[in-house]
Amino acid sequence: MYTIGIDAGSVATKGVLFQGDIVAQVIIPTGWSPQKASKTVCELLLRRAKIKREEVKKIIGTGYGRVTMDFAHKGITEISCHGKGAFFLNNQIRTVLDIGGQDSKVILLDYKGNVQDFIMNDKCAAGTGRFLQVMANLLGAEIEDLDQLAEGARPQNITSMCTVFAESEIISLLAQGVSKESIAAGIVASIANKAAFLMGKLNISGEVAFTGGVAKSRLIKEAIEKKIKRPVYTAEDTQVVGALGAAVIGWEMLQG
Amino acid sequence: MGDYRDLWQSLDMDLEKHDQLCAVLPEFYGDIYLSQENRPEGMNYFNFVISEIHGLRVQELAEHRKQGGKVLGSFCVFVPDEMIVAADAIGVGLCGGSDFWIPDGERVLPRNMCPLIKASVGAKLSGTCPYFQSVDLLVGETTCDGKKKAWEILEGYVPMHVMDLPQMKRKKDYLHWMDELWLFKEKIEKLTGNEITEEKLAKGIQRINQKRAVLQRLYNTRKAENLPISGKDVLLITQIAFYDDPERFTAKVAELCEELEDRIAKGIGVFKEGTPRILVTGTPMAIPNWKLHHMIETSGGAVVCEETCTGTRYFENLVKEEGNTLEEQIRGLADRYLGINCACFTPNKGRIDDIIRLYKEYRADGVVYYSLPFCHTYALEYKKVKEALDQAGIPVIMVESDYSLQDAGQIKTRLEAFFEMLEISKAKKEVAATE
Repeated sequence: MYTIGIDAGSVATKGVLFQGDIVAQVIIPTGWSPQKASKTVCELLLRRAKIKREEVKKIIGTGYGRVTMDFAHKGITEISCHGKGAFFLNNQIRTVLDIGGQDSKVILLDYKGNVQDFIMNDKCAAGTGRFLQVMANLLGAEIEDLDQLAEGARPQNITSMCTVFAESEIISLLAQGVSKESIAAGIVASIANKAAFLMGKLNISGEVAFTGGVAKSRLIKEAIEKKIKRPVYTAEDTQVVGALGAAVIGWEMLQG
Repeated sequence: MGDYRDLWQSLDMDLEKHDQLCAVLPEFYGDIYLSQENRPEGMNYFNFVISEIHGLRVQELAEHRKQGGKVLGSFCVFVPDEMIVAADAIGVGLCGGSDFWIPDGERVLPRNMCPLIKASVGAKLSGTCPYFQSVDLLVGETTCDGKKKAWEILEGYVPMHVMDLPQMKRKKDYLHWMDELWLFKEKIEKLTGNEITEEKLAKGIQRINQKRAVLQRLYNTRKAENLPISGKDVLLITQIAFYDDPERFTAKVAELCEELEDRIAKGIGVFKEGTPRILVTGTPMAIPNWKLHHMIETSGGAVVCEETCTGTRYFENLVKEEGNTLEEQIRGLADRYLGINCACFTPNKGRIDDIIRLYKEYRADGVVYYSLPFCHTYALEYKKVKEALDQAGIPVIMVESDYSLQDAGQIKTRLEAFFEMLEISKAKKEVAATE
């Protein structure tokens, strides 16, 4: 008996096959069709674990693409799923910071991993993965190279939080001859500031987990730790935490 | 809608633009309202009112004016309808709840201001609102800076009277508001040529009290375990209360209430069992702003009450009917109106008490705090409300949104997550109760 959790995000679609623990996991780009990506993820999981579809008793969809997954038994928001996923990995977690492709959120959990309160950015993509991607492209770098570029550099203050305004700000900084490295370090600091600001709006407690694609950056994680003066826990694979949470919720449903 | 082109033409409307406005409403209304299952029969009247939104009622106004009657427009629950009725005039609450009017509003207003004001001004400037075109006097008030300055602009397009609403509730503020009521009385008497006598004002008070009482009766049906009517439908009725004929409206709502009370007795509900019950609090929702209610009720929640101007602030508390002299009647009016807990007042602790009281009365599970963008008073008041609700253990989420649909996806996700949270805590409470 297995469950599957699929998290169709704006950038990547993630899947976890679960049986009390992670059996297999998959990450692919979402592309233009979250429905197609979700189906592909489901098939890849079954193939990797060499199991039949009938052995999967619950499929839970999450992420913005959850509404398109007609094959899922239930759609649950990424807020509940990230909370559950982080809690499954470390049951001391009471605060989850998730920064994905187009949104960022802070989730407070109770001692059972249920959501107690949360806050999420509105329509604007400030301080999210999309912001990081646009800025990295501006520096001619890939998002994965940003840490390497920024390491050890003196951060240039970037005042604008808005993706569009920050873009023009960086263009003028480059024109003034500010080094790419300093700008990269400035971008890291800017995202950490925004995340700390969001956390400051809620009374955070317990251990803090950082999830989502942006949590792959070690420098951003460290900058946030410095800002909030607390250690931050990141999963081995920060991107699949939401899908894992969905699979765990499915598993809990089976146990009744 | 029937053919009212001659009527619209006589009101000096921009017919071409008006056609564009009318073209979108039926589909929009159909998607949001007619798609609901198991709606009460009594909603048919309100469907009809909407289908005739710029027709029948506008014609009634035109006939009233042909016989020398006057029409007064307003934008706020502080404008005393009782006096308007007492002078044999008709009061219409103007709306301003659509994106359609915003570009016209922005021709004369700054962009970074509340969409309600932008849309209201745009409705006048574009000549596409037949109610606005029928108004002989527009009655403004001083509930916010945006409106105050908008009146100065609108004065160039329509005769204006502004009532100076005090922003505190001390004794001298009551005296000041009573003065304003006397001035308003003089103003309408001059406009209509009809004297407002004690008898007439007593009748006006009675008639409007009846309208408010029937709305309270409607809201009482939402305290039932099985909700006999959706929040969306009730919102529509409250919105229509602002411009429909008060007597006809009162009778139609009473008919609906009978059906709803019968549904309650039979245990018939329109939501599935366990649906989280939501109290909405915040800024008004003018027609056709059904966005928040629609999002809540298509994301797994049910709205059980609105602590808004298109909700309880409009109808709670009646005017005393015992007043024998004009002085006593005016004092009764001042008492009722200054009992409204609008965020324009400081301090405004009464609103927090109202929210907590309504949360209990309507057996809500959570509160959605709604604010239009750039509505400083309501946006600022969130902090105090949130603190008080946290202390009382009442879950609350803040949604700031205008009329456009660009943020619908993210708001739906936030609402769904909020309801998931409420369902878990509700289940926990039930387990604790049975243990």
